[in-house]
Amino acid sequence: MVLLISAFNFGLIFAFLALGVYISFRIFHFPDITADGAFAFGGAATTAMLVSGWGPIVATGAGFLAGMLAGATTGILHTRFRIHGLLSGILVMTALYSVNLHVLGKSNVTLSEASTLNKSWTAIIKRAFGDVERVDILGWMVGIQDLASLLLMVLLMMVVGSTLFCFLKTKFGTAMRGSGDNPQMILAMGVSDKLLLTFGLALANGLTAISGSLLVQYQEFADVQMGIGMVVWGLASVIIGESLVGESRFGLLIAGAILGSVLFRMMIAIALRCGLNPNDLKIITAFFVFIALVAPQWSRKRKARLLVAKARVAGDA
Amino acid sequence: MLELSDIHKTFYAGTPNEVRSLRGVSLSMQQGSFVNVIGTNGSGKSTLLNAVAGTFLVDTGRIVLGSENITRQPEYRRARRIGRVFQNPFSGSAPTMTIAENLALASRRGLSRGLGWSLSRSLREEIADRIRTLKMGLENRLDNPIGSLSGGQRQAITLLMATWVKPDLLLLDEHTAALDPRSADQVIRLTHEIVTRDQLTTLMVTHSMQQAVHLGDRILMMHQGQIVADLSGPEKARTRAEDLLSRFDALRQRDQLTPAVRDLLELSYV
Repeated sequence: MVLLISAFNFGLIFAFLALGVYISFRIFHFPDITADGAFAFGGAATTAMLVSGWGPIVATGAGFLAGMLAGATTGILHTRFRIHGLLSGILVMTALYSVNLHVLGKSNVTLSEASTLNKSWTAIIKRAFGDVERVDILGWMVGIQDLASLLLMVLLMMVVGSTLFCFLKTKFGTAMRGSGDNPQMILAMGVSDKLLLTFGLALANGLTAISGSLLVQYQEFADVQMGIGMVVWGLASVIIGESLVGESRFGLLIAGAILGSVLFRMMIAIALRCGLNPNDLKIITAFFVFIALVAPQWSRKRKARLLVAKARVAGDA
Repeated sequence: MLELSDIHKTFYAGTPNEVRSLRGVSLSMQQGSFVNVIGTNGSGKSTLLNAVAGTFLVDTGRIVLGSENITRQPEYRRARRIGRVFQNPFSGSAPTMTIAENLALASRRGLSRGLGWSLSRSLREEIADRIRTLKMGLENRLDNPIGSLSGGQRQAITLLMATWVKPDLLLLDEHTAALDPRSADQVIRLTHEIVTRDQLTTLMVTHSMQQAVHLGDRILMMHQGQIVADLSGPEKARTRAEDLLSRFDALRQRDQLTPAVRDLLELSYV
């Protein structure tokens, strides 16, 4: 049960990243590598704020803004200076490594002394349950800290997820989706596709940075390397989500990305429990994304071959 | 309404691939006029349209729409006053978004896009009403993605989108060229209906002599980046498709003659 709850917690924390990746990769079809840097940048900014005594809400907000800044920079490099999309992201990600080192002051920082979102929230929940350390849920004794964190993440995710859904339904949000779908069309509708892309990348990386910000507060520890491989993790979540809900409306796809992230974390938790070497996590994730990207092509080819074979049989008969 | 003066545009200037697409094009269009542009392949007719739309900035010359000089304006700024339908039926709408969402986007062309809902109930009803005028049965499929429609249907919707907010200028770039004959007829009929109803100032590039002769009140013929004929009034009314074709033949013959004459001169004098 503890394993399950912690997997759920991680899954929901990384779901913000999944939403960010969904926006850049799926809505804008933009291969945004910035996410690796933005994730760590969000974490670093939050950590620096918390260590210097700011409140957790302000610090989390600062993480979000840091991510938006990173995304906007990538957007401007791409739209203003016409640098290839992938390269723009790589440039910003690389630059952010130094920035993050400066922000953190050293390569890793502990937050065990600082006040975090999780700690303040746990205090509230603890009071609500009458100052107990463990709570009985369906026969399992669950630590109040894990339970509180889970509640917090579910709440936050519900707020952010539904806000994103509503935003994408507004006039501006619809223009954003249109811009990703067909930039030529949105130009003809009198909107600058460059501006929309820049804003979209800022939003995507802001969400990614929230992920980093929540992670450092959850594990009370920030590391300058924490962003490595985040794009692929987010992509894996989005792909799992798509296979869960089918490629349909964006409302379902948002829910799918969140579910995908949680499910992905579960799978990893189970694999680790079964003796998977943690060092192999990233190669397995990469391999998983590879399979998920290639499998639809295979099945399409097979279907085409089957159709041809059928036609041939029909022709012979 | 639209005033082009001495437009020049050269692509890949200074390279072996240099193309002088527009070589001093001037044009003046009255409010409410419908001008057809015809020409051989590579004559610069689509380039002319794109120059007005702002796909690229012209090298020299001036473009004035109404009282506004739009020569240096970026494409999206011009689009606030210009409606466009492209040759490719897939260019004008967002395939994964629904019919209703696409039209909701079009209903804000040139207007601010805030954080209000993009699809209100009243807008939905208005969309259904306008789609009904297409007589394609699409009013029952408002929530289907546009990508599921045929090229003709998409082009009809693109036309509706381009003219939802009445544009100061409508640009049609061979918008029936990629359609089957039946759909092409349908879209042309629709074009005629909308343009006459709203009295739109229209600039249409077409490959079809029939369309050029039957639609509009003026024909421009382009060749090698220049306007070589400008037919309007009774002269346009008299013109038949065969006349246009014979003019093209004459142009082609002159082209063939010129290098031959040059060779001859070189042989004799150099």
